[in-house]
Amino acid sequence: MADNNDWEPKIVAFCCNWCSYGGADTAGMGRFQQPASTRVIRVMCSGRIDPLHVYNAFLEGADAVLVTGCHLGDCHYVNGNEKTELKYQFLEEMVKQLGLEPERLHLNWISASEGERFANFINDVTAKVKEIGPSPLKPEGVS
Amino acid sequence: MTQQESTTNEEAEELRIGAFICECGVNIAGAVDCNAVADYISTLPNVTTAVVNKYTCSDAGQDEIKKAIKELDLNRVLVASCTPKTHEPIFRACVEEAGLNPYLFEFVNIREHCSWIHMWEKEDATRKAKELVRMGVARAALLEPLQSSEVPVTNKALVIGAGVTGMQAAMDIGDMGFQVYLVEAGPSIGGKMAQLDKTFPTNDCSICILGPKMVEVNRNPNIEIMSYSEVEEVDGYVGNFDVKVKHKARYVDIDLCTGCNSCVEKCPVEVPYWEFNEGIGTRKAVYVPFPQAVPLRALIDKSICIDCGACSKACERGAINMDQEDTFSDLEVGVIVVCVGYDVYDPEPNHDFGFGLYDNVITTMEFERLINASGPTMGKVVRPSDVVQPKRIGFVQCVGSRDVNSNIYCSSFCCMASLKNAQLIKEKYPDSEVYIMYMDMRTPFRMYEEFYNRARDMDIHFIRGRPAEVTENEDQNIIARIEDTLTNKIENLELDMMVLSVGAVSPESTEKIRQILKVSRAADGFMMEAHPKLKPVDTTLDGIFIGGMTQGPKDIPYSISQGSACAARATRFLAQGKALTEGITIAVDEDICVRCEVCVPMCPFQALKMDDDGKLEIITALCKGCGTCAVACPTGALQQSHYKNNQILAQVKEVFAYEEV
Repeated sequence: MADNNDWEPKIVAFCCNWCSYGGADTAGMGRFQQPASTRVIRVMCSGRIDPLHVYNAFLEGADAVLVTGCHLGDCHYVNGNEKTELKYQFLEEMVKQLGLEPERLHLNWISASEGERFANFINDVTAKVKEIGPSPLKPEGVS
Repeated sequence: MTQQESTTNEEAEELRIGAFICECGVNIAGAVDCNAVADYISTLPNVTTAVVNKYTCSDAGQDEIKKAIKELDLNRVLVASCTPKTHEPIFRACVEEAGLNPYLFEFVNIREHCSWIHMWEKEDATRKAKELVRMGVARAALLEPLQSSEVPVTNKALVIGAGVTGMQAAMDIGDMGFQVYLVEAGPSIGGKMAQLDKTFPTNDCSICILGPKMVEVNRNPNIEIMSYSEVEEVDGYVGNFDVKVKHKARYVDIDLCTGCNSCVEKCPVEVPYWEFNEGIGTRKAVYVPFPQAVPLRALIDKSICIDCGACSKACERGAINMDQEDTFSDLEVGVIVVCVGYDVYDPEPNHDFGFGLYDNVITTMEFERLINASGPTMGKVVRPSDVVQPKRIGFVQCVGSRDVNSNIYCSSFCCMASLKNAQLIKEKYPDSEVYIMYMDMRTPFRMYEEFYNRARDMDIHFIRGRPAEVTENEDQNIIARIEDTLTNKIENLELDMMVLSVGAVSPESTEKIRQILKVSRAADGFMMEAHPKLKPVDTTLDGIFIGGMTQGPKDIPYSISQGSACAARATRFLAQGKALTEGITIAVDEDICVRCEVCVPMCPFQALKMDDDGKLEIITALCKGCGTCAVACPTGALQQSHYKNNQILAQVKEVFAYEEV
């Protein structure tokens, strides 16, 4: 898998404004170094993350998609993340139907203070995705 | 807010995007080649100009944005710099001043999310920054103007927690002329400071300086104290919070009781007084919290009361009411200040330094009650095992602080607390041998280092190290086996009593109010401020502020400063009488809506309902703009403004297009 060592996966991370986006900020403030694999897309609540967004990310060429939000009980909008948790079961099924490995989809609750947790998450997922290689759905010529 | 007039025809307008790439000194430029980013971005469609600034947020940087909007007729502005969490409001205001709707501004984070996390991979960081900005450009092209709405602010404040911080916040808000509800879970205001004996660095009596302040709070015509009460529910948003408060039954009519103690004298039930005296000494089933309590009123601990009726007979005013029940108040307030304080670290579960195993190992808080002149021993310091005055006393620092096995943070006040207590012993019992066992003595702030030096001059022994092993001998003396790391000498130090200088922890009891308010929790368990430097008492929630130990360990002067800071920050809203709400809400396209009602139960704020004609009605004032309902909509009729599907998907698409350029 020598090729995979040089290859940098493309990971799309959907982050909620209040917690996980702040977690990504805190990772930066703490200078927790991460591979340059991930592109954060901010939404107000993880409840806003639509299967359509995840589906499109895979079709465009994402090697992995991360669904993140506040810890359960901490949602800024009462319980948006509980709805995310429900939708995530659907997303897992969707990923299976698309013929993708389960390692390409992850759910994680990260608070705004958990910079190290965010960085570890990115490091772990990137390493896992590097092991399994590029997404079979990735259109040709896209990286 | 001024409306930009030319926005109605936005669709047809030619897009003119101005991109401003911030170097942030070397914070961004150190890892990202900002000029390369600007060069690349200027090749993208719809980009009129791409500029690099040293500091885009500076006056000069903002002027450049405003000038470019006017001279180049920009209708979208993108700034690639730090995090929108701190700087989005600044740039939105900037573009608005130049006549652009603030929601036509797009923020790209290339510092926290790029340069700071790829510090040594300049090539990767630059490439990623280009992609992030490209995503932003795609999104900017699809942004639509939005309106914030002005909401009136209820000019009353809620302060939760009446320790010294909450009292200060309440007094300052009250003195500025606004009504304050001061809600305290305990039967008296005053908090932990009321339990302390003396306070550093002046060694003045804690209750002697706090007591008058408590009276002052009680006398303030704008403050309504709600003691023995808890916040149960909070609804609403900045300016318009609806709060439900539970008033726990005291079984004593607070209007009739005078705090005379007649009932207490007659009560036959006696238990250790944990709440105030750390279990040293006792209280009755009916009790007045402490002599300086505000309100100075009795209450009955129903869990131990035997219903003998002795208190009722003793009370001439008929204040005892055994049928009293919890009551509730509904309050409307504009702002909320949270000052719910701390607990001291509990060394019992892990038996730190023999605590819980040996009677003569106690905590600082127990020591405070022992040496307090109005405490259970009337200020006589005695050790628990035989009630004899200890001659050799040792203080162990950093118990529950700076320790990977408990809490990694420094609790900041404990060094000074032990220096103070060591001095008090030496003053009271000059023949005592006093030891302080420490890792580092930390004494910043005015008069603190001098206070430390004074302790050094008082023949107090400082041992740099902490006991490796603690045992007890047949006299119930404590044997602390300790290495002084300055001399490398190991000794078995025999002490009559050992005091653990316990740090502060966030109380489990405050977790409920944190979750009710949705304030973030920091890694150390305390509540989290909006910004560690710039917004130390704000939270990410408009109109909710945190002060004192609620945010983390701090000493009394710092806590009081934060109480005042909370008052100042909160009163801004009350004084203005109005607040701006987010323009981000939900909208329905009635042509596509099939009236399936799937969205209605999705909304936790009841902002969606079907009207009498069976059409979906959106109550914008209740909508908080989370967008969850939009995901539930099967036809795409519901769209969240500023986070429409096309806006999000444009970003998703641009994550990947780089190779084609």
